[in-house]
Amino acid sequence: MFYRQAGDFKTTYRGDIQTFPLRQDRIAYYLMLAFAFLVVPFVINDYWASAVLIPFLILAIASLGLNILTGYCGLVSLGTGGFMAVGAYACYKLMTAFPDLNMMIVVLLAGFITAAVGLLFGIPSLRIKGFYLAVATLAAQFFLVWLFNKVPWFYNYSASGQINAPERTMLGFEVTGANAEPAVSYLFCLTILTVLALIARNLTRGRIGRSWMAIRDMDIAAEIIGVNPLKTKLSAFAVSSFYIGVAGALFFSVYLGAVEVGEVFGINQSFLILFMIIIGGLGSIFGSFAGAAFMVLMPVLLKNIMVGGLGWPTDIAAHIEFMVVGGLIVIFLIVEPHGLAQLWRVAKEKLLLWPFPH
Amino acid sequence: MGARAAAQSIDQGAELLRVDDISLSFGGVKALTDVSFDVLRGEVRAIIGPNGAGKSSMLNVINGFYHPQQGEVWFAGSQRRNPKPHNIAHQGIARTFQNIALFNGMSTLDNIMTGRFTHMKQNMLMQAFWRGPAEREEVQNREKVEEIIDFLEIQAIRKTPVGRLPYGLQKRVELGRALAAEPILLLLDEPMAGMNVEEKEDMSRFILDVKDEFGTTITLIEHDMGVVMDISDRVVVLDYGRKIGDGTPDEVRNDQAVIDAYLGVAHD
Repeated sequence: MFYRQAGDFKTTYRGDIQTFPLRQDRIAYYLMLAFAFLVVPFVINDYWASAVLIPFLILAIASLGLNILTGYCGLVSLGTGGFMAVGAYACYKLMTAFPDLNMMIVVLLAGFITAAVGLLFGIPSLRIKGFYLAVATLAAQFFLVWLFNKVPWFYNYSASGQINAPERTMLGFEVTGANAEPAVSYLFCLTILTVLALIARNLTRGRIGRSWMAIRDMDIAAEIIGVNPLKTKLSAFAVSSFYIGVAGALFFSVYLGAVEVGEVFGINQSFLILFMIIIGGLGSIFGSFAGAAFMVLMPVLLKNIMVGGLGWPTDIAAHIEFMVVGGLIVIFLIVEPHGLAQLWRVAKEKLLLWPFPH
Repeated sequence: MGARAAAQSIDQGAELLRVDDISLSFGGVKALTDVSFDVLRGEVRAIIGPNGAGKSSMLNVINGFYHPQQGEVWFAGSQRRNPKPHNIAHQGIARTFQNIALFNGMSTLDNIMTGRFTHMKQNMLMQAFWRGPAEREEVQNREKVEEIIDFLEIQAIRKTPVGRLPYGLQKRVELGRALAAEPILLLLDEPMAGMNVEEKEDMSRFILDVKDEFGTTITLIEHDMGVVMDISDRVVVLDYGRKIGDGTPDEVRNDQAVIDAYLGVAHD
């Protein structure tokens, strides 16, 4: 009655392969886009931007990237933090070397540089699979962080070893640096996320996406069909690293402003993003968003309840937060291994019949 | 001229594939010893033999998974030199597996669409943009896929994840995926294993229809002698990695070496 596919007929294949075949879904999607672009920027404040929205947008980009590699192509990576660091340092070097370069171009170039590095570390994936590949990417993680710590050229020989984002403008508005308006930073990240999410969707629904999934599901059969495993795996690594590099560049320049590589882009970051896609749903664009939202919102929510609502001391709240989030991850893995995306699919199937199941 | 085009230009009844003196061993185990036979364009060629006779190994050699230590494989008039399986797909050879090898995370439609891989050319940039060439290509290939779905009578399960399908239908989807590549030579590894009589009849009908309607050459491995004798034009018999018989079903049926291999022979 409320959510129905009855009467929504498709007479062309073009209509059948669109992202939201149901009219109601399409309307909801456009409403959400309009809300995010036209309403949120006017009501956003510093707290919402820095605690919730901007980290969500940036981490959603990273989890889209990891989902392409792990969820769609089946290659487990623990090097996400390291690749984000590549994006961040590429962004920093570009910003300081070419002060006049448009920020959007800087971020995209940082993505391409990370894609090249990702390609390099993706080469072993032809020979090794599963856990062994995860360990190989772990090596990338530690190597990259070590590299950015040890080679002063990367942080322009600054005394602290940190990198700091200089102030840059975009269309006359400051996006990075201390004086950046939250609404501007928000819109900057939102635009990039929207475009990248569309591209991810387009890539995964066509020939390339199917070849990734074929390699994931049954690599021998994929080869028989004509899929070149090396090319396919490397393309997944490159695209994934591009997304992660963009996320790293934004995380450094727009969100944090100053970065100490070991703390921000350590192994914890890799795990955080891996959790996001596992909780959100492997092999799902929606899942990348849901997982990022869950992992960003959950701690904020818990903290607000425990510290703000119940008046507990912050240190106890912080510890309980760890336990609750960890527990939720375990529960998720047991109850719904396919994540929030699967829950959403099931809910929609139920909703199609509700409230009159006959 | 590519190998696919060359194969396409071969006349019906002329030689499409020939294996010459193939020997394949894994360490000390000899899987195939000096096996030679040919496959003519447009025929159904069966490979039979007891368990462990080397039938699947033979398909894997034709497919490029195994590279024989000795012998030559000729396809469409040219000799192949240790190609990779994904190159072979581009030459027009498709196959199904003994144990179903579908892409379990994908729907029936996506599985068969994946089979169109060698016919889709749009690069990553076009795919990312989607509107225009990539979408057109997708729709064109979708039309081909829908023809195959109609042919195999699996319209109702188009959007079902293949993991949820019963065994017989999964086998059918796998056949559909192989057909989607519009192969010139189709290799079927035990297409009827584990099926009941009706499912076997359906599958036999599909195989004969594929041969008649698409003109596809078929090489199949099968254990059900009734089926093999009914649908195949010529039969190769392998035993312990050696060829012990080759000919029409009737010739093979009356061949003493074949009868011995299947029924056993008294050692005195």
